Amino acid sequence: MTEEKAEEKNKMASVFLPALGGVAVCGGTHGNELSGVYLVQEMERQRKERGDGVWPIPVTTVLSNPRAVKECRRYIDTDMNRCFSKAVLSTPITDSSPYEVRRAQELNNLLGVKGSDDVMDMICDLHNTTSNMGLTLIHYSASDWVTLHICKYLQTKITKVPVRVLVLDFPINDAYNLESVSKHGFTLEVGPQPQGVVRADIYVIMKEAVDLTIDWIHKFNSGTVFEGGDVEVFKFIKSVDYPRDPETRNLTAAVHPQLQDRDFCLLKRGDPLFLSFSGETVTCEEEEPLHPFFINEGAYYEKGIAFHLAKKWTLTVPSVQVQTTNSA
Amino acid sequence: MSSRTNISCLQEAKRVAIFGGTHGNEMSGIVLANMWIQNATEIERKGLVCKPFITNPRAVEKCTRYIDTDLNRAFTPENLSASELEALPYEVQRAKEINQMFGPKGGSDAYDVIFDLHNTTSNMGSTLILESSTDLFNLQMVHYIKKAMAPHTCSVLLNEHPQLKYSTTRSVAKHPVGLEVGPQPQGVLRSNVFESMRTILKHALDFIELFNNGVEFPPCTVNVFRVQERMDYPRDTNGNITAMVHPHLQDCDWEPLNRGDPMFLTFDGRTILYEGANTVYPTFINEAAYYEKQQAFVTTCREILAANAIRKAFK
Repeated sequence: MTEEKAEEKNKMASVFLPALGGVAVCGGTHGNELSGVYLVQEMERQRKERGDGVWPIPVTTVLSNPRAVKECRRYIDTDMNRCFSKAVLSTPITDSSPYEVRRAQELNNLLGVKGSDDVMDMICDLHNTTSNMGLTLIHYSASDWVTLHICKYLQTKITKVPVRVLVLDFPINDAYNLESVSKHGFTLEVGPQPQGVVRADIYVIMKEAVDLTIDWIHKFNSGTVFEGGDVEVFKFIKSVDYPRDPETRNLTAAVHPQLQDRDFCLLKRGDPLFLSFSGETVTCEEEEPLHPFFINEGAYYEKGIAFHLAKKWTLTVPSVQVQTTNSA
Repeated sequence: MSSRTNISCLQEAKRVAIFGGTHGNEMSGIVLANMWIQNATEIERKGLVCKPFITNPRAVEKCTRYIDTDLNRAFTPENLSASELEALPYEVQRAKEINQMFGPKGGSDAYDVIFDLHNTTSNMGSTLILESSTDLFNLQMVHYIKKAMAPHTCSVLLNEHPQLKYSTTRSVAKHPVGLEVGPQPQGVLRSNVFESMRTILKHALDFIELFNNGVEFPPCTVNVFRVQERMDYPRDTNGNITAMVHPHLQDCDWEPLNRGDPMFLTFDGRTILYEGANTVYPTFINEAAYYEKQQAFVTTCREILAANAIRKAFK
């Protein structure tokens, strides 16, 4: 095929998508995940200093859970990042409603309303994890070309840490995370970082990822064609809990030193998972090789999760470009 | 010339305690103490009783550092002598109870040795914390532990600073020893950190058993880091931090910090340098619990402490 014909072929294969209206950058959805808290504060300071023109597209900054941020806790009453399903968003608010349910509905009004035509195009929800996950982009759908292209872009541009894409594959109304309020929203998860700590290296990665996301949206809206191709993603399959005492439910083992910090490695049958306090190794019994992630996340002990397991998938995304009146 | 005349004869250490959960989200000590409360076989030694104990059970239950106030700052003379039990913050009540069970602080009936188990988000490795440069028993014990742990490094932090020293839970004992192992996030149990702490305690109890059995320990020296100064984060007029520990300093506990070295990085990318006249050795770099105590790190200086030979005093 000649170069001209190939170019024409690509142009014809492009998917035309509407321009994106802007992005909401949300930090402090969990009040002790500090990169996002400080990044949002820094962005608000920049806006005060230099005006809205500091970014080439409209940017809204949100401190999602201000009470939890003030107390440097994950949440006050309940995990806010589980409050955005259609069911919880439509729960009537009473005096005894958990703070986060109330606040989730406020955010839904501000950034949504989820499911309507009026929603924000993009939410970037900023999170940290105690797990060694580098930069992980989390999205609830496996077929959103805009989000997948942004992920692809971040993967090419960010080289300091591994950049991986995790898809949860929920129908949107069941998706319970903050970013599901928007059309193309995703979570920016950076680790490892302890709760209540801001590490400069982690902050810098998160800032770079937000800047590149804004950059992509601006380029896309300005007519850049983003070439299609393959995107490797990890799809959530199941969770695994710690070994526990049947009566007290106390832990009887810790994540094995050979698994600790090896997020997204390939885990095969027989590989060590846990080292018990009495010195025994608990090994993997899964039939098929899977990839563990969120290994030893501090907030997941109370959820009964030592790590999640994922399958690797290759998705193919088409070339995309912005819809203009000519190409509509 | 033998050093026979320079042997210090000390009282045997019959009553030993291991405290976990002084901070309810520092998991290694909590798991170890609970494990040994269930089954004390591992910590049994001839010639001594060793009591494992959870010092702040309500904080442990909520997996939080403290309920009302930091227990590890609560053992002040004012607190310990306070009355009106019901009106006191939870941790002050607890301090009084612990002082009654394991003290009284400064009294002849107090426990001989208390090991207080802590974790830190700082990259301090295995650290033993001492409150006195003249406690021969403790100096000989940490010397023994360091030798036994080698080639794994055990650093020794000495906090004898009149203003920066604080009233710790372990201070009710005659010989208080802090164990600080990191890095480990709050609320997380890392296997390697857990096992290091467990091994340190094994060697510590071995030492006490040998000592109580009449073994003489020859004179020794101990390399320590002596606490000098607390360094806070740069803050704005509202008290909010405006910079983070610089990537060049992050995780470099115990390494020299020289004049002109990067110290902080502002959120908008500017580097702030260390301007002190002398080389210092920072530690507790970026400990999560110290943001509210206005501490980004502490500076230390290196010192060599000498300890006489010791052996158990004959009755």
